Amino acid sequence: MARITLDALAHSYLPAPRGEDDFALKPMTMTWQDGGAYALLGSSGCGKTTLLNIISGLLVPSRGRVLFGDRDVTTLPTAARNIAQVFQFPVVYDTMTVRDNLAFPLKNRGMPAARIAARVAEVAAMIGMADALDRRARGLTADAKQKISLGRGMVRQDVNAILFDEPLTVIDPHMKWELRTQLKSLHRQFGHTMIYVTHDQTEALTFADQVVVMSEGRVVQAGTPQALFDRPEHTFVGYFIGSPGMNLLDAEVRGDRALIAGAQVALPGDHGLPQGRVQIGIRPEFVTPAEGGRGEEGGGLPFRLERVEDVGHHRILRGRVGDQPLTMLLPEDHALPAGIDRAVPATAHLHVYADDWRVPPVAGERAD
Amino acid sequence: MDKPVNNRAWFLVLPVLVLVAFSAVIPLMTVVNYSVQDTFGNNQFFWNGLGWFQEVLDSDRIRAALGRQILFSAIILAIEIPLGIFVALNMPKRGFWASVVLVLMALPLLIPWNVVGTIWQVFGRVDIGLLGHTLAAMGFDYNYVNDPVDAWATIVVMDVWHWTSLVALLCYAGLQSIPDAYYQAARIDQASRWAVFRHIELPKMSGVLLIAVLLRFMDSFMIYTEPFVLTGGGPGNATTFLSIDLVKTAIGQFDLGPAAAFSLIYFLVILLISWVFYTVMTAQKDAP
Repeated sequence: MARITLDALAHSYLPAPRGEDDFALKPMTMTWQDGGAYALLGSSGCGKTTLLNIISGLLVPSRGRVLFGDRDVTTLPTAARNIAQVFQFPVVYDTMTVRDNLAFPLKNRGMPAARIAARVAEVAAMIGMADALDRRARGLTADAKQKISLGRGMVRQDVNAILFDEPLTVIDPHMKWELRTQLKSLHRQFGHTMIYVTHDQTEALTFADQVVVMSEGRVVQAGTPQALFDRPEHTFVGYFIGSPGMNLLDAEVRGDRALIAGAQVALPGDHGLPQGRVQIGIRPEFVTPAEGGRGEEGGGLPFRLERVEDVGHHRILRGRVGDQPLTMLLPEDHALPAGIDRAVPATAHLHVYADDWRVPPVAGERAD
Repeated sequence: MDKPVNNRAWFLVLPVLVLVAFSAVIPLMTVVNYSVQDTFGNNQFFWNGLGWFQEVLDSDRIRAALGRQILFSAIILAIEIPLGIFVALNMPKRGFWASVVLVLMALPLLIPWNVVGTIWQVFGRVDIGLLGHTLAAMGFDYNYVNDPVDAWATIVVMDVWHWTSLVALLCYAGLQSIPDAYYQAARIDQASRWAVFRHIELPKMSGVLLIAVLLRFMDSFMIYTEPFVLTGGGPGNATTFLSIDLVKTAIGQFDLGPAAAFSLIYFLVILLISWVFYTVMTAQKDAP
């Protein structure tokens, strides 16, 4: 096991990349701590799989280095890296039995038969296939096959890291939850570094201690699920994490005040005079509706309610501030005022973005 | 679910029945008709029972031809299937060269049978043929006209040249359908090259391989034109395969009865061996 460091890494699928647009993976430097449970989150085509394949050695990056501990493994083949990887679609060896499938990575490494048998039995119990060990893998259902793939990924105990590339896509919802829980407890038990690629935020947030959000070949933020929620460093994070995503309103910012659609709101600190496209971000959880005149501190924002959606234990209010959409998320028991025409954001949860990147207050902010 | 029963639905299969009757059943029945009768001309026929079948089965000449035929098909399959797989494994998977190789591989398949025979007939001639002359110049005593072994070797090489690309192209299609993830998983599992072939490529190719084996078996078992053009069945009867013998009987000597019985037995042998191949090659697939 080892810490994994990506040093000034970049990758392009073109032989001679010119502009930044030619890179599937923009230059990045980051460290994956030994034993961490990471989720790599982003929409399709953002470079998640490319990054994963570079770590596992299936791809050699065009630039930069990959370090396992202090060892440079950039050009080492997969076999020399001692990595396990589970793919999006089940990969099983059709002609082998389930048992042989699970034993295959161990056999190839010359482990003694007795230890293989013991390990296979353990893993089979873990994925719930102990009674199907002698069946041929061909003809099993897709989720049974994917469980075998997962099992093959976990069967080796000495791996540097286990990489999961959207492994639960083909699994049915009930099984998904169960397997995710198992992966989590497995992580606690053995302490492997696990990197879990997904485009499903629930999956990422429940699995990982650290979530790495990618957008257009760039890591836009890495942090705990709580940090991503409380303080998105990039508008993409705000929009991608949380349901519904963060509200973004075009605004004019002067010091500790913002002017949105003619109304003024207080900001949690002095933000100077940010340049570029300036937006105010606020999560729907931190906006409350109000009736005319009753909002405090400048009366909030003028708001025109368009729709109320009931989603079980929450209600979503959709409407507009000026011509920009705004949503609010309210607990089910929160009484709705009769004539809603203001939206009042909670000052402490307001964020300022310039050209999509977060602008911290000039005076610095307290760490929370 | 209850399905309504309506016997008029049978009319809907009538066109197929008519078509199959004209394309297969009626011609086959005329053959059956000839196989149980004898004639002395003047369109007068006599019932002969299973006499012709008896004669065909007892004929040493036909038995020898059948032996040659089985040997020939066995050699062809033993060479073309492994060679085709090997070629397919080494063909470029994508890019410019993949297209070039595909076109080159398809070329032999586009040449008419009798042209193939003619090409090799000339190619192998000791006096003017490039192959024959070169071999002779190198000191080999090669002459496909006089020497049965040389004649066999030439026909086998000709068939391999003509048809291996069919096997290769079929296998290539099978290989192309394997997702990259399989190879990646194999690299992560540290599988050897042989294990990748044995556990990934071969199982994924098994479907097309079955087709390749059946096609090559049937074609080689019925081979006629190329050896007919190249050697005419000689020297002696060394390369007289079943179909060559059959044509001699049916058209050369106009012995319709024996030829018809011969045809039916020939057909049944092909059917039987194809069935055996099919059963053996799909047995593994259906195992639990």
